[in-house]
Amino acid sequence: MNLKLRVWRQDNAEEAGGFEEYEALDISPDMSFLEMLDVVNEDIIADGEEPIAFDSDCREGICGTCSMVINGVPHGGQQGTTACQLHMRHFSDGDTIVIEPWRATAFPVHRDLIVDRTSFERIQQAGGFISVRTGSVPDANATPVPKEDSDLAMDAAQCIGCGACVAACKNASAMLFVAAKVSHLSLMPQGQPERTRRAFSMVNQMDEEGFGNCTVTGSCEAVCPKEISLDFIARMNREYGRALLKKGCS
Amino acid sequence: MATKKKKNIPKAKAVKKTSRRSKLILDSKIPDGPIAEKWDKHRFNLKLVNPANKRKYEVIVVGSGLAGASAAASLGELGYNVKCFCYQDSPRRAHSIAAQGGINAAKNYQNDGDSAYRLFYDTVKGGDYRSREANVYRLAQVSVDIIDQCAAQGVPFAREYGGLLANRSFGGAQVSRTFYARGQTGQQLLLGAYSSLNRQISLGKVEMHTRSEMLDVVIVDGHAKGIVVRNMITGEISRHSAHAVVLATGGYGNVFFLSTNAMGCNVTAAYRAYKRGACFANPCFTQIHPTCIPVSGDHQSKLTLMSESLRNDGRVWVPKDKKIAEKIRKGEVKPNDIADKDRDYFLERKYPSFGNLVPRDVASRNAKEVCDEGRSVVSSGLGVYLDFADAIKRMGENTVRERYGNLFDMYEKITGSNAYQNPMTIYPAVHYTMGGLWVDYNLMSNLPGLFAIGEANFSDHGANRLGASALMQGLADGYFVLPYTIGQYLAENGIDNRPSIDDTAFSNVQEQVESRIDTLLTINGERTPTSFHRELGKVMWDKCGMARNKKGLEEALRKIPKLRKEFWQNLSVPGENAALNQSLEHAGRVADFLEFGELMCRDALQREESCGGHFREEHQTPEGEAKRNDDNFSYVSAWEHKGEKKIPQLHKESLVYDEVKMTQRSYK
Repeated sequence: MNLKLRVWRQDNAEEAGGFEEYEALDISPDMSFLEMLDVVNEDIIADGEEPIAFDSDCREGICGTCSMVINGVPHGGQQGTTACQLHMRHFSDGDTIVIEPWRATAFPVHRDLIVDRTSFERIQQAGGFISVRTGSVPDANATPVPKEDSDLAMDAAQCIGCGACVAACKNASAMLFVAAKVSHLSLMPQGQPERTRRAFSMVNQMDEEGFGNCTVTGSCEAVCPKEISLDFIARMNREYGRALLKKGCS
Repeated sequence: MATKKKKNIPKAKAVKKTSRRSKLILDSKIPDGPIAEKWDKHRFNLKLVNPANKRKYEVIVVGSGLAGASAAASLGELGYNVKCFCYQDSPRRAHSIAAQGGINAAKNYQNDGDSAYRLFYDTVKGGDYRSREANVYRLAQVSVDIIDQCAAQGVPFAREYGGLLANRSFGGAQVSRTFYARGQTGQQLLLGAYSSLNRQISLGKVEMHTRSEMLDVVIVDGHAKGIVVRNMITGEISRHSAHAVVLATGGYGNVFFLSTNAMGCNVTAAYRAYKRGACFANPCFTQIHPTCIPVSGDHQSKLTLMSESLRNDGRVWVPKDKKIAEKIRKGEVKPNDIADKDRDYFLERKYPSFGNLVPRDVASRNAKEVCDEGRSVVSSGLGVYLDFADAIKRMGENTVRERYGNLFDMYEKITGSNAYQNPMTIYPAVHYTMGGLWVDYNLMSNLPGLFAIGEANFSDHGANRLGASALMQGLADGYFVLPYTIGQYLAENGIDNRPSIDDTAFSNVQEQVESRIDTLLTINGERTPTSFHRELGKVMWDKCGMARNKKGLEEALRKIPKLRKEFWQNLSVPGENAALNQSLEHAGRVADFLEFGELMCRDALQREESCGGHFREEHQTPEGEAKRNDDNFSYVSAWEHKGEKKIPQLHKESLVYDEVKMTQRSYK
């Protein structure tokens, strides 16, 4: 099939960007979306131009590196699917496809479709851990964890940190991401000692990074490639409320 | 301490250093005593660094996967100042994340007779007797600590209703010792190590450099004392000095262009270390995974693996008649229309007792064989069926869905085909590389101060790695081995033994790195880095892939230098260095693969035997099975770089088996 692409090109965070048009010719329906871009890029390089810069690594939907808005939807709108796992059979000959980077104040553009997500790193550094030193731990079976709790923690822990939730949100809120991280650890007995501190620090850091607030429209959940539930945001709000109360009392 | 002799002729200096080391003896430093006591005894004998002095030492860790992240975090906890580098935008994205199945540990939680000794035994046997006994025993010993560590970090392992940890079985073992977290054990373990790393970053003990690619290692007075790094956003080249350098840079599967590795995985860090004098061990030992989704066309950028648990219930087949196969390939006949009598369930036919559950290398080779006979069932000629129709008949679609639902979904996402209705098509793909930098028992290379951990070293898996053992080894090295053994080197060499980045050794290496980048950018030829990479990958896969022979390897050794020559004359890299430039990044990696591929073929050529993942067609039993030659080849081949355009020197470290009796594997 033959397609028309309208792709966001931007040299770096300082320069203004804009859309450029490209033709994607002879595209096989078996290609992944990123392989289609690879093919287009090979042609661009052959013309002596600079290829479209985009992030990807594992290309099997688990590393969370790929990040692009396709036709207005982060990762392209196929449920539970990252851009790297989206395949061209879901498009038709003659389609025009619009491709943009994640757009959020807290994710400045590095180049073209590549954004800076180090704000996510700082949120996790603020408290997304359980403080255990290597070797200073009890036997793994010394702390039984109810299967239901562990399974629920795992639902949250599936978050791949791609940032699609932020890109989809009209407020560019990172609540689903932070909620997944806070919930995962607060659901495990191992995470209890730092439960208050963690919720407090991570939420505060999120606010400092310039992410917007949550108005519970649920667009984050709709685009999340790991289908992380909105329920975790409610859980995080409870954790944060609890943390505020505890802080107030102490 | 600063260097004494400083010369401004960097290349000559490097050559001089290596040639001086030509009589190099590889001392594995395996401690004496009974195997079960070696590690404890060794730990006691290791020199310690005074706690107050630890903060005066700098350690560089390159790579942030399971090995790198766990090492950086643990070293930071001990008090060292750590700088950690990764090419990804977050340490959490390293390719350890993609591991699905699980992690082995000799916990014996199932009361089924497991022990450190049994895990050790299975691993040495599974590695086809080409790994080092002492290292493997230590791996099995510390495996139990890994599970404790990860559980304490909050890794949501699968659990039973009583709240205790669940286990599953895996290939190559008769006990149930694999711990898992749904189908994404790698991600959860990496998130655990990453969280510990984050804690050290927040405490200021680890300085994290993301989107930073190490382009060379700096050697001062024969010791590894730093690295030169390119910032992938700005193109800035920077120098970093340290008391020791740890490479946790993963494997080199992408030399084949198509593999299950991530797009960015590369051999550059390890290969640059090799060119500075570190020996590269067993480069030809690569693992092929049998159940990957076949290539769909020339556009293919990577391959996707599906857990080999699928072979528990799926049946592998191709048509008996190649004319029928041809009709399938043309789309004239559907697989479900082919009568049972016309199907060849070739694994069940050839290996009646193991059937579809033969080890990875055997399953892979047989798929290749039937495809070579013209009986492939996909248009590319490279694919066989994995059929669940009988399993669905036997236990119902729902049970199959419960067991394999996520894999069937993934298969459909990629291929557009429903595997409940039609058989899956599968083909083997490169998955893991057992070879790596040569290291001694302390995980230090022959270059003092240069350590290699995880997939980047060679020591634990021999010629074949068992399933669920890669995660175990990465974390064992990073959490429980390196943090002890590095102390010995640091204590011996002292606090003053860290050169300034103004040392000429650093400026020389930086000059070389910059001049290489300039060259890549100014060839102004016609071909893209990808086109060279793809062509190299095809040569490697055809001649040094699942089956190898002398003629093919010699042909590859003629082709690769020609391709490399063309690369340096006809490469096209648009853009500049001082910006984010993905073509430039790729070109640099391909340049190293073009040299490294040759080393692999050379290694495969000299190893005149078949063992594990290395199958030399000249060396097989009358039944077509791999035939080892223990008398002549129970050694580690360690290659030493001897200078540009010179043939590398082969050193041999003999492997001695005191504990495990060497036998020929048989799966009939």
